[in-house]
Amino acid sequence: MNVEKVFVVGGGATKIGEHWDKSLRTLFVEAALEAVKDGGIELSDVEAVYVGNMSSGELQGQEHLGSLMATWLGIPGVAAAKIEAACASGSAAFHQAYLAVASGVYDCVLVGGVEKMTDAVVHDVTAALVMADDAEYTAFTGASFVGLNAIVYRYYMEKYGVKQEDIALFSVHDHKYAVDNPHAQFRFTVTLEKVLSSPLVADPIRLLECSPIGDGAAALVLCTEKFIKEKGLNVAVEVAASTAATDTISLADREDLTTLTATVKAAKKAYRTAKIEPKDIDVMEIHDAFTILGVIHLEDLGFAKKGEGWKLVKEGEIEKDAKIPTNLSGGLKARGHPVGATGVYQIYEIYQQLMGKAPNQVDGAEIGLAQSVGGVGGTVVINILRRVR
Amino acid sequence: MGLSASSVPRVWRERVVKYRLLGSKCIKCGKTTYPPRKVCPYCGSTELEEVSLPKKGRVLSYTVIRAPPKSYLKYSPYVVALVELEDGTRVLAQLTDIEPNEVKSGMVVEAVFRRYREQGEDGIIEYGIKFRPPIK
Repeated sequence: MNVEKVFVVGGGATKIGEHWDKSLRTLFVEAALEAVKDGGIELSDVEAVYVGNMSSGELQGQEHLGSLMATWLGIPGVAAAKIEAACASGSAAFHQAYLAVASGVYDCVLVGGVEKMTDAVVHDVTAALVMADDAEYTAFTGASFVGLNAIVYRYYMEKYGVKQEDIALFSVHDHKYAVDNPHAQFRFTVTLEKVLSSPLVADPIRLLECSPIGDGAAALVLCTEKFIKEKGLNVAVEVAASTAATDTISLADREDLTTLTATVKAAKKAYRTAKIEPKDIDVMEIHDAFTILGVIHLEDLGFAKKGEGWKLVKEGEIEKDAKIPTNLSGGLKARGHPVGATGVYQIYEIYQQLMGKAPNQVDGAEIGLAQSVGGVGGTVVINILRRVR
Repeated sequence: MGLSASSVPRVWRERVVKYRLLGSKCIKCGKTTYPPRKVCPYCGSTELEEVSLPKKGRVLSYTVIRAPPKSYLKYSPYVVALVELEDGTRVLAQLTDIEPNEVKSGMVVEAVFRRYREQGEDGIIEYGIKFRPPIK
């Protein structure tokens, strides 16, 4: 495969939270301007814009985000489009941006993810989120998106004989690291007792095991080596692999409920492309929209046997100075999960780690992975970044 | 609830599959799926036949929905289960005629025709298959 090397030259992100005073476009523009400034480039250098977003149509009555954001960035004329893959929209947009640069068609591309969830009341957001699954045969049953993950959670516990208290630990882990992350939504710690006594949302999932509703945007600038040389930029991070895979959209068609086959497939391709093994990864951000998913991802990414992912959390193996530092941003649970923006936040956080600028910095991090999931695993996108100097 | 959820033609065209629990069986790999489709999701074969699925099965896993999407607000709490029918086909559906705290994974259930949701005073009433403990 003859492709251009793709580099990350700059990034930006808003704080995630309830931004009553900021609109969808305001958030996107804020993150994008920060990314452009951080990269030391001009907006006029940008040739294409990819906007990751899931629910602007449902929540804002707004589509056509490519043109909208190009307009509000003052660069109408560029190629631009919204990329949607449910909760993986941001990482799917990054994948498209990567392909656009790797192909050699564009030398400088802006990719951002944005979601504005607090414009709607909670049951409308719940209805929007379940659109990640099959509307005709899944949403029709009244299942919420939390409920679908709850079905996986119960099945996992019963299949492997794992206790909820061991899975719920993921929430405690995330909150601990969010404290130091300035753009995290929840910068406070929680105890396991508090998680396990929080209200049930969809049995067995409790409120403090769920990622929250929030607003936010993150953006990155990608470019070719040629562009770097022309501009005389000092660039340190390359995209070592960007892969995506799908699985059946609904749980009913899955033969194994406790494995996200799309993660296994995308990870295998990503490790091969980057020429690495799981043990080479210094830091990672994984898509733990619910505690159970964090556990399952650790297994599917190759760090634990099936049914044993929780042990890594319990034994401290995913802490900052341990075997595989994970979700040092606070993860989806505590950094937050503005759905279509999350995938870009994750890559931005990995980028910061490799630049040595992260809030919970892993000393000398060289290789980082971001894994992002759409729906109940219908889409998985994996990106691996590598520090090149 | 999106616009499509209140579409009368949508409810009309899905009625056969949703009222009668029809699926498809792959002639090549033998697997069955609900709802019926043109291409087998397991082996990619296009040789499929429409079949009536068994009406009995067991609960693989389940949840109790306590924070429902808007169009189901008034029915909360209710149980949604992944049911494995006797031929191995898996169907997501509500359980009925049982209290949430009585449901157990592995329990035997049978299909029954029930109301799912009403879409307001003037809207359409949607029906479909739910599952209940078998009547002895």
